[in-house]
Amino acid sequence: MSSDAVGATSRNSSAHVEAAPLGRGLSTLLRITRMNLRHPRQVAFALGATVVAAILQSLIPQLLGQAVDQTQIAIAGGVTGTAAAQALWTPALLLLAVSALRGLLTMAQNYFAEAVGHQVAYELRLACYDKIQRLSFSFHDRVHSGDLITLGMLDLDGVRMYFSTALVRVLQLTMLIGIGAYMMISTDPVLGLVALSFVPFVAWRSSVTQLKLRATWLDLQERLSVLGRVMEENLAGVRVVRAFSAQDYEMAKFDRASKNALDLAHEQVDVYVPNTSAMTLSFFFAMGLVLWIGCAKLIAGQLSVGTLATFLAFMTMLQMPVRQIGLMVNAFARAYTCGSRLFGLLDQDVTIRDAPEARPLEITGGALRFDNVSFAYPGAGNRAILKNISFEARRGETIAIVGAPGSGKSTMVHLIPRFYDVTGGTITLDGQDIRGVTLATLRKAIAIVQQDAFLFTTTIENNIAYGDPWAKEQRIERASESAQLHNYILGLPAGYDTLVGERGASLSGGQRQRLTIARTMMLRPSVVVFDDSTAAIDAATEQRIREAIRRFAKDRVTIIIAQRLSSLKHADCILFVENGEIVERGTHQELLAKRGRYKALNDLQLRPGDDIAIACRGAP
Amino acid sequence: MAKGHASEPEIEPNDDGRRPPRAVVGSHRIEEEMFGRALDKNVMRRIWDFVRPYRAMVIISVAALLIFIGTQLLIPLIIRYAIDHAMTPAGVDRSALLAAVGAFALAILGNFGASYTQETMVGKMAVNVLFDIRRAMFGHLQKVSLSFMDKTEVGRLMSRLQGDVNSIQEFLETSVYSVGDVALLFGIVFVMLYLDLRLGLLTLSVLPALLIIRIVWLPRAREAFMAAHETNSVVNGALAEAIHGVRTVQSMDRQQVNFILYDDKAQADLRAHLIAARYAQVMVPIVDGLTGLAMAVVIVAGGSMVMNGRIDVGVLVAYLFYIQRFFDPIRSLTLQYSVMQRAMASGRRLTDVLDVKIEVQDKPDAKVISPEMDGSVEFRDVTFGYNPNHPVLRKISFRVNPGETVALVGPTGSGKSSAMALVHRFYDVQRGQVLIGGRDVRDLTQESLGRQVAMVLQEPFLFTGTVFENIRYHKTDATRDKVIEAAKAVGANDFIMSLANGYEAQLGERGSNLSLGQRQLISFARALVADAKILVLDEATANIDSYTEMLIQNALRKLLEGRTGLVIAHRLATIRGADRIIVLENGQVIETGNHDKLMAMDGLYSKLYNASFDDIAEVKLDISPH
Repeated sequence: MSSDAVGATSRNSSAHVEAAPLGRGLSTLLRITRMNLRHPRQVAFALGATVVAAILQSLIPQLLGQAVDQTQIAIAGGVTGTAAAQALWTPALLLLAVSALRGLLTMAQNYFAEAVGHQVAYELRLACYDKIQRLSFSFHDRVHSGDLITLGMLDLDGVRMYFSTALVRVLQLTMLIGIGAYMMISTDPVLGLVALSFVPFVAWRSSVTQLKLRATWLDLQERLSVLGRVMEENLAGVRVVRAFSAQDYEMAKFDRASKNALDLAHEQVDVYVPNTSAMTLSFFFAMGLVLWIGCAKLIAGQLSVGTLATFLAFMTMLQMPVRQIGLMVNAFARAYTCGSRLFGLLDQDVTIRDAPEARPLEITGGALRFDNVSFAYPGAGNRAILKNISFEARRGETIAIVGAPGSGKSTMVHLIPRFYDVTGGTITLDGQDIRGVTLATLRKAIAIVQQDAFLFTTTIENNIAYGDPWAKEQRIERASESAQLHNYILGLPAGYDTLVGERGASLSGGQRQRLTIARTMMLRPSVVVFDDSTAAIDAATEQRIREAIRRFAKDRVTIIIAQRLSSLKHADCILFVENGEIVERGTHQELLAKRGRYKALNDLQLRPGDDIAIACRGAP
Repeated sequence: MAKGHASEPEIEPNDDGRRPPRAVVGSHRIEEEMFGRALDKNVMRRIWDFVRPYRAMVIISVAALLIFIGTQLLIPLIIRYAIDHAMTPAGVDRSALLAAVGAFALAILGNFGASYTQETMVGKMAVNVLFDIRRAMFGHLQKVSLSFMDKTEVGRLMSRLQGDVNSIQEFLETSVYSVGDVALLFGIVFVMLYLDLRLGLLTLSVLPALLIIRIVWLPRAREAFMAAHETNSVVNGALAEAIHGVRTVQSMDRQQVNFILYDDKAQADLRAHLIAARYAQVMVPIVDGLTGLAMAVVIVAGGSMVMNGRIDVGVLVAYLFYIQRFFDPIRSLTLQYSVMQRAMASGRRLTDVLDVKIEVQDKPDAKVISPEMDGSVEFRDVTFGYNPNHPVLRKISFRVNPGETVALVGPTGSGKSSAMALVHRFYDVQRGQVLIGGRDVRDLTQESLGRQVAMVLQEPFLFTGTVFENIRYHKTDATRDKVIEAAKAVGANDFIMSLANGYEAQLGERGSNLSLGQRQLISFARALVADAKILVLDEATANIDSYTEMLIQNALRKLLEGRTGLVIAHRLATIRGADRIIVLENGQVIETGNHDKLMAMDGLYSKLYNASFDDIAEVKLDISPH
């Protein structure tokens, strides 16, 4: 993105994709639920398996109790030997069958629950990707890219886990606790209530703990990202750090950020540990009571030893799921916040899109016309960036735009492919308002060479052919020859198959600009814009590229934005822009004759050494 | 919703209807091995160095862990005792019941205390070690040579500082827990055999089955998990790329092609996750089935023994309790193996960073250079190369007098920037000497040297924080007035005041909300606040628009007042007025003199000068009488 646009848009790092207000929480959860229900078969399998698995699981303690009682009945009845042993086979085989079956159903429950989540995640991924690709520049100016990436990773995960960790678990817990409570209380109300006494305490503590941990976790991530930033900036700016011998200062900065994060990491342990320990204690406490009362009843003959074993086994069985109530509550909370953020993105209006009756652009003469165009960035109030811009360019003509940083030069050309929509006036191509034609055909007709264009993590060849992935090899090579890049590429070990490092980091600024120029030369636009795109290229190479550009521009409208006046003095018309208005226009000679701002700038560039500091001292 | 939203895109017709041959989204390179040898002695020793300060914590937590395991083993035994005494045919033995309840209470209190102590200790110890390792590494990176930093990507170092340290933390935590797992396993086996040898042996016979299944299962499952992990980072990478490159994507109209390509990756990710889920879940029925089998064995065999009077019914109940905990240790121990391998791979990468040699170091008797020194710079027969066999500077000698401004000129690769780096002792010379204020830089402390040599580099680098913090930088004692004064001196005050919060304005990522020129003005102000005797400008005005350059030229005047200046500039016009110009070629000084003298010599300088002015020279004639 050009420096112009950066200067003009306030890149507020605090501009997030806002989460929906709290009142809409339920509707968010319902919306996720509906997305899950779009896979009815898998949902039905998961829920069905959950119910049956819970019932089977509840049978196990009873079978154990029966088996234990069986031995006592045999002893009491005086039955020994094979007959008695045979009586044990029934509960034993039943236990084996029930356990194995329960295992199978739990597998089905978990698998289908996860499958539903992953399906939903897949759909959301596509929807996000599609939305992000289509949202207009003004959205991307406003929203930090890091926030969008988080959205696509963490928030998506939060929504994905909703079905398996929130919905299915509610069903599972309700079943287990319900059946358990019914069985135990109907067998022995007092002992049943005692046995279940740990449930509310653990449910409460685990929910509170998990919610607290979640808050701490978010906070910790925040502090860790500050720490990460301190380290990253230190390493990326290592030359500055060394140049100022600021290592001690940097170490202190690191220690501060590090301690901040460490304290919270300790706090996390301090929240987690006492609570889990207390939960275990309350469980064992209830178990101790059951044992005490149970044994007393055993002595009094009011209870069979098998029933006591059933109670104890039931409690053991309930312990784990009850502890997970906290996780479940957390899963709801997480799905709610993540979902709101995600839907906040998906529900964004795509402001720049095809009009309902949009038609394909028809290029006849290839004339571009700005008619009284004005523009203000959305949300920037009335601060107009461009005011009453009018000009016209025909095929084969070159228009140059000159002006100070922030004067609106880049914004002006960003309006042509509708990266932003004009707020007043019209832009036409061959007489067709650009808002009345389809975006795809419009953007095909316009190519912009950006000052700092994005290179993709793939081969050089793929990067050059980015706008025309079907191109023949010869065309790619010809384009890179025009951009004075071909020989350099051939010198690389892997030639055109060389991978461009992350965000093109391994190429120099000039090489990246040349690659961007080559990429544009692959296209067949009617209007081509060079937005300060040769600034980092040395003068000699630029001279050779300019020759190629001249050939390329022959039957197109060309717009050049440049700092070095030498690169635009051959233009058919030069527009001098100041504060969003065209203040001077004409050819190089005409503007020099005017003795206005353009001439002043020209003089400044001609004598760069004259009023320079170094010249003031020493030089004769 | 998703499917409907993402309108089915169609790729435009092409030669053979296939997907575009040259289009990919979010390519992904697997560059680091995930798993190392399970036990690497050298790595273990290095990790232990970091654990050593906390060894008391380790000992206490292992002790607490053993107590914790002990109470867990004890509880079923107490239950057995209580039931057996309640069941004695003699009937009532209330004192035994009370004793059991008392023992139970003690056991659970012990359990509580032990689990509290051990988890707190382990959690904090592991996190402390993580932060210590990270600090050691970060501190080390502050000292290693710039050539190491130049050839190592920041991202790579960051993944050491953020990712690899985490696997060490995980390793430490699970190490302690695996001690517990082993203890629990042996404890259960021992108690079961102790309660009844025959029943114990019978029940334990299902254990090897699980062990074998786990060993067969683990490598396959791990492969599936890794694949899912891999596809996940591929889709996330592709998404990040779409976000960062969205402007290019839209202007090249690649949305539809990219969407289809992304869909491929997202589908692959979905498939990989479903496969991984299958692998994860297949263990559930196996463990449950084996548990059921063990219970059935206990009931049939144990039940018969109860009926025969060989064992008490309490033993049977206790057995049923142990079986429920039976398989846990095996499950976590097999997982521990992967954690360990991962930690060793990470550990080796960490050791690699920690072992990078520090080349430039203060001598033990290094002196502090005082701000009162004269500010002269002298190169005496300096030979230097990043690779000793290919020197970039060869026997260079020159002297810059106090207060003088000297420009270094030469084609790319002539050694200008390397010479500048030697002034600051970023590297050590191979032969010869660099003297600052008449003293060899190797005899001075780097810290004091840095205070007297300020540098402004081609790429202005700003830190996250306010404008004020960036200008003040490490001079934390600089007052606000001093900072504002510096900003005014370099002509930055005006634009700073136009920012929403003036000097308190938060800079975006690397100052992205400022233009390049504005960022450079801030770094000039920073150099002014640093108040050094010697100022090095390394291409500080390249790539800057004419408007800002005008401001910067004025800033330079302020900066160089009363200082020694060393300047490199690409655009020769900017250094035309230097006191002296030294022309370098292939690491050697070939011309020296002021502008006029060098132009008259008609050598390399005049050739370079004319080349860079080629363009505007013609215009110069008709307007500038000068």
